[in-house]
Amino acid sequence: MLSYIAKRLLLAIPTLLLVAVAVFLLIRLIPGDPAQVMLGEGADAASLAALHHDMGLDHPLPVQFAAWFGHALSGDLGHSIVTGEPVASMILQRFQLTAIIVLVAVLLATLIAVVAGLVAAWRRDSIIDLAVVGSASIVLAVPSFWLGLVLLLVFGLKFGWLPVVGYVPFSESAAQAALFLILPIVTLTLTQSGVLTRMMRASSIDVLRQEYITHARAKGLAERVVLSRHVFPNAFAPTLTLVGLSLGHLLGGIAVLETVFTLPGLGRLMVDSILARDYPVVQGCLLFTAFVYVVVNLLIDICYPLLDPRVTTQ
Amino acid sequence: MTGPAIHRLPLNAILGTALVGLLVAAILIGLFWMPYGPIAIDLDHPLAPPSWAHWFGTDQFGRDVLSRAMLGARISTSIALGTVVVAISTGTCVGLITGFLRGWTDRLLMAASDAILAFPGILLALALIAVLGSSRSSIILALSIAYLPSVARVVRSAVLSIREREYIEASRVAGDGTIYIVLRHVLPNALPPVVVLATSLFGWVVLAESALSFLGVGVPPPAPSWGNMLSDARPYMEAANWLSIVPGFCIMGTVLGVNLLGDALRDWLDPRGET
Repeated sequence: MLSYIAKRLLLAIPTLLLVAVAVFLLIRLIPGDPAQVMLGEGADAASLAALHHDMGLDHPLPVQFAAWFGHALSGDLGHSIVTGEPVASMILQRFQLTAIIVLVAVLLATLIAVVAGLVAAWRRDSIIDLAVVGSASIVLAVPSFWLGLVLLLVFGLKFGWLPVVGYVPFSESAAQAALFLILPIVTLTLTQSGVLTRMMRASSIDVLRQEYITHARAKGLAERVVLSRHVFPNAFAPTLTLVGLSLGHLLGGIAVLETVFTLPGLGRLMVDSILARDYPVVQGCLLFTAFVYVVVNLLIDICYPLLDPRVTTQ
Repeated sequence: MTGPAIHRLPLNAILGTALVGLLVAAILIGLFWMPYGPIAIDLDHPLAPPSWAHWFGTDQFGRDVLSRAMLGARISTSIALGTVVVAISTGTCVGLITGFLRGWTDRLLMAASDAILAFPGILLALALIAVLGSSRSSIILALSIAYLPSVARVVRSAVLSIREREYIEASRVAGDGTIYIVLRHVLPNALPPVVVLATSLFGWVVLAESALSFLGVGVPPPAPSWGNMLSDARPYMEAANWLSIVPGFCIMGTVLGVNLLGDALRDWLDPRGET
């Protein structure tokens, strides 16, 4: 078990290094002087020279990378060109909101997927199965931002039950903040549940075919027990992997939803800074989201043997 | 144990063919005829609701929504097809090389694909487009880079199991070269999962392109794509809801149709497996 964890940790290091190289090189892909690119058109000569020195542009690329990566490791991601704020604190501030939405939505979507997928597999080819597969397929085909817009139109504008624009931070009023988050969370839960339900259903069907299920039924176990004790633990592992993949991706991927619901999250920060050509922020966000993705999937990999002890022996 | 076999009807094949047929028809008809010019401005009739003159109404500049949706179908589909072709062909090459050769090439290329996969696809594409500039070809390039690793992984895992089969051993014993074996025996056997993946990929790209256009870095206006039509429709959500409903259903119908066809294809290629 320990060697398994150690191996997973070691495998994550080259990935993180390559991620950092990619983020570093992205800015160099833009034609022109990187310092000029970072500071924008209207930069004065003094700050340009200062940044030249900071970025070590007179040194060879590997040295520049080492300096930049060293700063990043110590939590210094540079300063925003637009506001002058430190990038790291901007990211952490925006990250909370996005993390709450993503965590709650993925948790709810997983619950829906496990129940719906298990039942659909158990009653395969029945009306219930058809309904589950059908709604999962539809949900998979709906653009999340469009679903968000439609929900806003119905519950925000038509019925007036929920606020339409803006956001109140949790620190000011938790109840108000929760009201603003209902629609984004519902939208994300719905769009995520499609793919997770399909995965859960497919792996449950596979498990239901196994001989130990026939054996469990032959023992006279109630169907409820067969499903919860034998099918669920075995069928859940692939779904959990998918949960990990979507958790990491959604941190940046919900940028579109944050745009629809005008929420100041991490994805929105990234989109705004791309549009404003605020490259230090872009770099910081990319590095941060990729880092979270690798860490989340590392954690899931480490939890995996708890579900399926065979993994460690491979 | 199982109820009536409703699902056994090739429902997904029928529905999928119907939806994709509708898309293809809209594109083909649009090549020769559209009710109005899709970028023709008519300031006398802005935000006109659906009527006999304008089946799907008009937008804030009086442009006919049906004509724009038809041209949008052509543009969105050509971007999706382009991305699928680029991502599938390069991804298959990478998957074949890494899966069959193993060793350091495999480790290096797989580490690189892990690194790409660590970025949220949409944001990676967004950053690349910001660097490359906003155009249809840079959207295709950016989305191809974002989706290439998934293709390479699927091909690689198929190749890993194929290379252990007896017929590969037999071909090697018979004195065939590596390139011949890969092209003649490995590639054809690795193709079925790739074909199924291509259909899902098409759906993902349609959604991703619409999201990029919605964020304002997709297809540059005045050319319509379903995504930028939705983006334009946002201020008129309440006053002119047909502006948001039409492109939304276009995207949904297209992705649903292609996904259903993909499901039917998978059942047909691999009747036993569900995964």
